[in-house]
Amino acid sequence: MKRVRLQKFLYLSLAVALAATAGCSGTSNGSNTGGGGGGGSTANVQAITVNTGPTAAPPLNSPYINGAFTSVTVCAPGSTTACQTIGGILVDTGSPGLRILSSALTISLPQQTASNGDPVVECLPFVDGITWGPVQTADMTIAGEQAKSLPIQVIGSSNFSTIPNACTSFGAPEDDLSTLGANGILGVGLAAQDCGTACTVSGPSNPGLYFACPVAGCELTTQSTTQSLSNQVQNPIVLFPKDNNGVIIELPSVTGAETSVSGSMIFGIGTQTNNGLGSATVYTIDPSSGNFTTVFNNVTYQDNSFLDSGSNALYFDSNTLNIPICNDATFWYCPTTTLSLSATNQGFGNGASGTINFTVGNADTLTANLNDGVANGLAGPNPGMFDWGLPFFFGRTVYTAIEGQNTPGGAGPYWAY
Amino acid sequence: MNSRITRGIFAMLLLPFPASASLGGDVTSVQTDQAKMQGSLRTSSNNSYTIHEIQASTGVAVREYVSPAGKVFAVTWQGPFHPDLRQLLGTYFDQFAQAEQAQRSQRRGHGPVLIQQAGLVVQISGHLRSFLGKAYVPQMLPAGVHAEDIR
Repeated sequence: MKRVRLQKFLYLSLAVALAATAGCSGTSNGSNTGGGGGGGSTANVQAITVNTGPTAAPPLNSPYINGAFTSVTVCAPGSTTACQTIGGILVDTGSPGLRILSSALTISLPQQTASNGDPVVECLPFVDGITWGPVQTADMTIAGEQAKSLPIQVIGSSNFSTIPNACTSFGAPEDDLSTLGANGILGVGLAAQDCGTACTVSGPSNPGLYFACPVAGCELTTQSTTQSLSNQVQNPIVLFPKDNNGVIIELPSVTGAETSVSGSMIFGIGTQTNNGLGSATVYTIDPSSGNFTTVFNNVTYQDNSFLDSGSNALYFDSNTLNIPICNDATFWYCPTTTLSLSATNQGFGNGASGTINFTVGNADTLTANLNDGVANGLAGPNPGMFDWGLPFFFGRTVYTAIEGQNTPGGAGPYWAY
Repeated sequence: MNSRITRGIFAMLLLPFPASASLGGDVTSVQTDQAKMQGSLRTSSNNSYTIHEIQASTGVAVREYVSPAGKVFAVTWQGPFHPDLRQLLGTYFDQFAQAEQAQRSQRRGHGPVLIQQAGLVVQISGHLRSFLGKAYVPQMLPAGVHAEDIR
């Protein structure tokens, strides 16, 4: 515990420095990643900062709220010189894989090709839109951990500007800084690959996430193809030589709205002296859906609830509580006074159960100051599912164990907190 | 389930077929296909509407709500991926896509989709491997049918 506290202190100063860079261009060729010189047990700790992110700066002036940002270093595979450290990367426990905006990437990375030699391009469906772009290979370094030859997605590449209809049929593109809200997404979620086995088989059961496009680009009518598990964009943690079974997100408590807060992303679960489960409770997850269960206001979200650092608020249906919706933002709640509520989370089959107390504040008030990048109590409606977004992580140490990986708390997938 | 039938259902869902089976369209083509498929489409009815439930081989289950006048007034879906929303939302797709993108920046971050326009409601929840969605045209709801009935 002492050690964790010391690390928190050490990385606070680093995080402050990062906060400054994340708000600017977000791209730098410096050495601002954590764990650069120290080695030892601190090498698995990466600073994260919740702030307004890279879109806050002009010309966009579109500040993010409740985004946890960090930086990653990517190199051409095998190179120690063709490298770039990119800040303003959103930490997302709700998806697997590293995705970087083409506009933020200044180095050249090798293109993955299909069996016919054509470039492989991916369509990744998020809940609120799709990212489209070529699959390229990089050595990724973060906090002294390295994922070599990692397939990543380069979003919004001008070489593949035509998005097939089969992809846009999943939603609107998030292919530039203004629509993505970040220079990239670092997906450190439960899954080892983004599509999984569904994309490895041909035929109608294939959901259609991977495409083989001619070098000249795809056409609107281009159809998807198969993609092996190892070639899919995947959770970089799984490729680490050590500390590869999961990740811990640590953020301080937040009251109301603040400019920014700093925390840590610690790699591995029970692999070092600083990442043990301690007194955390393990909540197992339905491996097919990536969900567990939440009971709230007498409604059971059976296998329909999830933790997601990539969602910027708590999103749930207030049903009989009838919490007022904001007049100018139908996706947020605006109660006249801050509400103190509670819900119960239940593991999938392991009997774990625990109460979560949370608040719902007035979103108009919480988001009034555009310099505030953090807001506890930010919440909104979400019929059918309970989405524990970033405010859940405030004041908690949250463990995400990756599917199929062994940990002292059992095999993933699970969440613990 | 017979894989040829499954494939047939999938084709009906995800390949171009008359836009009339989409949101706002009429049900004629669905009924024709349903007759050919002999029960692989599950149908249930009450006094106010008929539900056609289609299970795609991607694991996505789609329900189309059809009014007594034969119009698709709502669609819902659940599964590990999104269905073909261009197909499912038909003439409402462009309106949906524009609203989805606009909401992303208004929300100042990522989260579920909650489009609440006078002529179109779309709600999408979840994450990769577990999505839940609903779309309906408020003006087309049959008498006595409420938004909460669509699930």
